[in-house]
Amino acid sequence: MSGKYKTPMLDELEKGPWPSFVTEIKKAAKKSSMADDELGQLEKSYKTKRGYWKHGGIVGVLGYGGGVIGRYSSLPEEFPGIAQFHTVRINQTSGFFYTAKALKMICDIWDKYGSGLTNMHGSTGDLVLLGTTTENLEAIFAEYSSRGWDLGGSGSAMRTPSCCVGPGRCEWSCIDTLDITYALTQEFQDELHRPAFPYKFKIKTAGCAVDCVAAIARADLSIIGTWKGNIQIDQAEVKKYADSGMNINAEIIDMCPTECMSYDGKTLKINDVQCNRCMHCIAKMTKALRPGKEKGATLLVGSKAPIVVGSLLSWVIVPFIKVEAPYTELKTLIRSMIEWWDDTAKPRERIGEVLEIKGLRPFLEHIGVPPQPQQVKEPRKDPFFFWSESDFKK
Amino acid sequence: MALPKRQTDIGPPKYDQFIPPVIKKNYGKWKYHEVLSGGTMVHVAESGDKLYTVRVASPRILSTETIREICDMSEKYCDGYLRFTTRNNVEFLVSDQSKVDPLVAELKAKKYSVGGIGPRVSNVVHTQGWVHCHSACTDASGLVKAIMDDLYEYFTTKELPNKVRLAVACCVNMCGAVHCSDIAVVAVHRKVPTINHELVPKVCEIPTTVASCPTSAIRPNPKDKSVTINEDKCMYCGNCFTVCPPIDIHKPEEDGVAIVVGGKIGSLRTNPKFSKLAIPFFYNEPPRWPKVVAAIKNILEVYAKNARKHERVGEWIERIGWEDFFNLTGIEFTFQHIDDFTFARDTFRTSAAFKYSR
Ligand code: HEM
Ligand code: HEM
Ligand code: HEM
Ligand code: SF4
Ligand code: SF4
Ligand code: SF4
Ligand code: SF4
Repeated sequence: MSGKYKTPMLDELEKGPWPSFVTEIKKAAKKSSMADDELGQLEKSYKTKRGYWKHGGIVGVLGYGGGVIGRYSSLPEEFPGIAQFHTVRINQTSGFFYTAKALKMICDIWDKYGSGLTNMHGSTGDLVLLGTTTENLEAIFAEYSSRGWDLGGSGSAMRTPSCCVGPGRCEWSCIDTLDITYALTQEFQDELHRPAFPYKFKIKTAGCAVDCVAAIARADLSIIGTWKGNIQIDQAEVKKYADSGMNINAEIIDMCPTECMSYDGKTLKINDVQCNRCMHCIAKMTKALRPGKEKGATLLVGSKAPIVVGSLLSWVIVPFIKVEAPYTELKTLIRSMIEWWDDTAKPRERIGEVLEIKGLRPFLEHIGVPPQPQQVKEPRKDPFFFWSESDFKK
Repeated sequence: MALPKRQTDIGPPKYDQFIPPVIKKNYGKWKYHEVLSGGTMVHVAESGDKLYTVRVASPRILSTETIREICDMSEKYCDGYLRFTTRNNVEFLVSDQSKVDPLVAELKAKKYSVGGIGPRVSNVVHTQGWVHCHSACTDASGLVKAIMDDLYEYFTTKELPNKVRLAVACCVNMCGAVHCSDIAVVAVHRKVPTINHELVPKVCEIPTTVASCPTSAIRPNPKDKSVTINEDKCMYCGNCFTVCPPIDIHKPEEDGVAIVVGGKIGSLRTNPKFSKLAIPFFYNEPPRWPKVVAAIKNILEVYAKNARKHERVGEWIERIGWEDFFNLTGIEFTFQHIDDFTFARDTFRTSAAFKYSR
């Protein structure tokens, strides 16, 4: 089936050491005329410098309002194989762990019903199957769901939660990111599969402030592991770092943002009351320093990409919360946050945008979290503040 | 042919079926890790057990054929256990130390790119581009390939002051986390969209179209049952095109990409930061975008030469000041660099203390 098209521009991108997506499309094109037409259309895009995809076409599986993204070529006569080329979002596992057996099963089904092309993974987190027809969707869903794999979210719905590798392989993880993500995904199945929100809602969980899953920048709710109490220090290991040539004063002490560390050539000291738990020293001296023993998470709300009035990073709402199975308090709090947003937002407003318009107070009151200095970088500068009845009763 | 019985709302399979025994045993009880090479590391548990990770790059777009090949290697060397990273890398999870070197050797023989660990450039977070998205004004996969071919040794071996995280977004929707990357490419339009007044009344809902514009540039045009765009207000975001395709934002000869720098996700040392504009525009030059690639390499190498150990790109720039960043990189400062949107006034200098241009 392959080789219908000459692709001199794309062939250039098979040269060089970095793995080539063109080679991947060509491999799929050996078996699939859909993939071959994708290759042909892409070569045309490279020549004319524009895309040829159409926006439009609600497609999906019975009973679900999302998980499939309709995609059509705007040149169906020229490239009939991709007249329909829909995306199927499959729920990834927590932490993107797989076995060869499971992945091969996923590939076998995909070769039968789709183009053989995937994204491992989509930026949302889902395992993305790229390119199938409307007709095949029910069969694809039956094949995967009967084997234990469900669809992810799309549209104005919860997105598949995702997380860092956490306790699976990281010594810094303060919370069980894998289990939290699994539990929340199960908790919000209806919200994930049947869009009923003002807009999308993403939850991402990182085990510590290193934030390997970019939770703080691209999740409406960012759950970030942290601790209370003293950083655990192993002075013998500190000495080994010094002996091995690390300039502890330059690389660690002087780079501590809160200037709460000292090192006299023998003993490393931390004034933990001043530490803001930024993770720099722990990340650079992992054998010597470990997070404190009382573990939990900070909940931050609101990040999004710049469309429409500018990017947001998530804001601290709950400075510290214990998160332990079955996560009842966390789940209740999330439901309360979503409820406020759902009641307050205009269509297509993310929770961060609504918070910016309405201010933090009504949100904090609704979810029952008191005002705390940890929620702001500094108090307000202007004298134009409001009072409500409840403030007078005190 | 009968299909198996579908199930709904079952969610993903539980992760614990896919983690190797060494992780099951030492779950949450890891003590430390060591980076062994650009593409290998070892995690040591409190029990003394060790887990070796071998990381290779993927182009994110993977054929089932390649996935099967990766699976075969994981069966051969690590009992079929593997994972993917947020940044599109593949990780082989090896419990038996003696299998690490043979695995790396086979991967290299098969031309896989082993690397991405430690103070290096990791794989590039990117979006769909011309491969699969209607909004795209460039091709993300092609840019990534061209950039990483050029920065290859920074992925595999060469060290930098700290990690450098790259991203590519193929339109201003920025579906990846471009807005907080050390160095990122974001594709932009530069011209007010053209309106097909015959099609608009047939395809679009006028109030929705008017409401879609973040700068209120769109007004109803009752005469044509269409809309008009105020050219002074439009900032080419393409939102109207998303809602109403007859308003065409695509201008292949004028579309291109910008480079933004200095963003960061983690809280280490300094707070997370947004990326800021470094270079406002390059024309699309497929298949290899040579000017974009050269500009990124220049920024990376100026950073590598001047930053202190452990400083991320954004931390380095804040220490030396943006005026010195433009000095050192030789990048021209233009009107486009001066913010005139929602956060503008926070960016104007409010002190006479600054550095001169060299
Ligand atoms: C206010 C109007 C609209 C906005 C703001 C909007 C925005 C969006 C967004 C944010 C997505 C991505 C969703 C995700 O990540 O899952 C999307 C996808 C999509 N939208 Fe729209 N949309 C609008 C109207 C429309 C209209 C009028 C159509 C059809 C004529 C349409 C068709 C689609 C389709 C088919 C997709 C799936 C994308 C794909 O094919 O890959 N949308 N839209
Ligand atoms: C073939 C016709 C159409 C298709 C296939 C289609 C498809 C879609 C899809 C997939 C979305 C969801 C976007 C997301 O992922 O969030 C959407 C949203 C939307 N569409 Fe359509 N659409 C069609 C026609 C229209 C028309 C004719 C209008 C207006 C007259 C319209 C107005 C909208 C609006 C306002 C939204 C945003 C809804 C919201 O979330 O508040 N669509 N459309
Ligand atoms: C009006 C605004 C937007 C539109 C029209 C839009 C449209 C789309 C479309 C069409 C896709 C599917 C691409 C494909 O697979 O073919 C997509 C994917 C996606 N969108 Fe958006 N988007 C919008 C805003 C956003 C924003 C603001 C964010 C993030 C905060 C976002 C995050 C994502 C993510 C994570 C994906 C998956 C991308 C990937 O895996 O490469 N989108 N969007
Ligand atoms: S976010 Fe923290 S806990 Fe999670 S993998 Fe990264 S460093 Fe480890
Ligand atoms: S975690 Fe950060 S703030 Fe705390 S002691 Fe270490 S470097 Fe200083
Ligand atoms: S960044 Fe823009 S063009 Fe690229 S996948 Fe997202 S919406 Fe599409
Ligand atoms: S491109 Fe953006 S700013 Fe310009 S008219 Fe359309 S929606 Fe408004």
